[in-house]
Amino acid sequence: METVTSVVCPFCGCLCDDLEVTVQDGRVVNIEKGCAYSLTKFLNYHEERLTEPMVKKKGEHVAVGLDEAVERAAQILVKAIYPVLYGWSSTSSEAQCIGIELAEELGGVIDNTSTVCHGPTVEAFQEMGHAGCTLGQVKHRADLVIYWASNPLQSHLRHMSRYTIGAAGRWRKGRDDRTLVVVDVRKTYTARVADYFVQVEPNADYELMSALRMAVMHEEIEQEVVAGVPVEHIEELADLMIGCEFGVLFYGLGLTMSSGKNRNLDAAISMVRDLNSRTKFVMMPMRGHFNVSGANKTLLWQTGYPFAVDFSHGYPRYNPGVTSAVDILYRDESDAALIVSSDPLTNFPREAAESLARDPMIVVDPHRTVTAEMADVVIPSAYVGIECEGTAYRMDGVPLKMRKVVEPPDGCFSDEEILRRILEEVRRLKGGK
Amino acid sequence: MKAILVTGRSLSQGMGLELGKFSETYYRSGTACEMNPEDMEELGLESGGFVKVTSDGGDVVLRAVEAVEEVPPGIIFIPYGPWVNLIMRSETHGTGMPSYKGIDVEVEAAEAIDIPGAKDLIEFTRR
Repeated sequence: METVTSVVCPFCGCLCDDLEVTVQDGRVVNIEKGCAYSLTKFLNYHEERLTEPMVKKKGEHVAVGLDEAVERAAQILVKAIYPVLYGWSSTSSEAQCIGIELAEELGGVIDNTSTVCHGPTVEAFQEMGHAGCTLGQVKHRADLVIYWASNPLQSHLRHMSRYTIGAAGRWRKGRDDRTLVVVDVRKTYTARVADYFVQVEPNADYELMSALRMAVMHEEIEQEVVAGVPVEHIEELADLMIGCEFGVLFYGLGLTMSSGKNRNLDAAISMVRDLNSRTKFVMMPMRGHFNVSGANKTLLWQTGYPFAVDFSHGYPRYNPGVTSAVDILYRDESDAALIVSSDPLTNFPREAAESLARDPMIVVDPHRTVTAEMADVVIPSAYVGIECEGTAYRMDGVPLKMRKVVEPPDGCFSDEEILRRILEEVRRLKGGK
Repeated sequence: MKAILVTGRSLSQGMGLELGKFSETYYRSGTACEMNPEDMEELGLESGGFVKVTSDGGDVVLRAVEAVEEVPPGIIFIPYGPWVNLIMRSETHGTGMPSYKGIDVEVEAAEAIDIPGAKDLIEFTRR
């Protein structure tokens, strides 16, 4: 029995890096310090595990060798005029880099899962810039913590104990040193433990933020209630925000998925900017998949754009709403798809999922998913952070090295290695060799 | 009854992701329509009763349950998953992001059905 320390959790964007994983006979048998998600992942990752490359023949999956699966995948991709390469948020940044190279080689589109989560965030950040910081700064300095449209007690289980309300920082020692505000349409578990809970009407975050900005700037609000919130509560919250020494706004998909979308983020960025004329304030999105932040960063530094990058003209183009995966599928424009560590058939809205299911699909994933079940080619890979190493970016943009704690099944390679082989085969086919 | 639909992460839905898309945990979380008890009473629904949710993208039948986390009357919460995605529109209004939250829906009591599993659901959409 061996215990591996300082293991980084490959579940959410918190990337908790203090797990202690006990391994016996090549199998994880215990986890210390992990949350319910960590435990579920480390203790069950081998269930529903893909172990053999498969190619669909006469409508049925048939086990084949890796070379044949790679060859078939490359044939599908080379034949396609407008392939979509999608997923990328639950793999390493090394694999993401090869994915970008492959998209460029194919003249296809590469998009990551942020397109249906924090896409509006990264879009707004790129347009307007934002005041941010690391989670370490929050832990040590923040005396006011706001979770807006975010419910970390269901989604990021150790966020509050490691970085915010319960964290023992250098200057802020814990719960008594910090004030917690929750803004949400529901009285969530997180809202129940908040000092202040502001219940906003659905689709009205933009209005509430605009009113808050007015209150922060001491302008008169000519309404009694805005977005379902009495103005005196808005003014009280504004005073709290102005009065803090270091405030942080964490926010979730309630801002990006409801009416306003990227404009909600414009309002949030503007509100934080206004607050910085009065005190110190920062903002940070609560990122979901463990390396969705990395998917944005690798694309950004290599192409100039964080998601929905289209290489069909021979150079990177970016136009969310046009070059984004759901829109391309909705318009039925793609003619093949490579899906890496994602299950878009269960995550996309109906018409987009139906369109994707009609395309020839290649899935590279360790997990048996609905998308893998429907794919023409399935190549099982190693779990990043469990069966292989790789770089991942925490929600605050800090890169961490994911650790390997057990060996992958025989014949399962990293996403990076599999994609490299597909890229080589694509180049060979295109070169006519 | 008119309502506003909010989808989102729940603990069991998140754990279901790791237990597998064909697991009972994922199925149970994704097929639950979490409601305010007042709304359930208005529709004559017992916990576990069947409820039809209709948006401009279609309709789906799920099981009504009292919300794990309190929702106000007039709002329903359904965890992310392929079941609720059946009634999500793919129109992104030029943003790339479909609307997964704050959607106008009609909610009504429904006849009991055998709610299909994740894979059956996708195959159903192909027909």
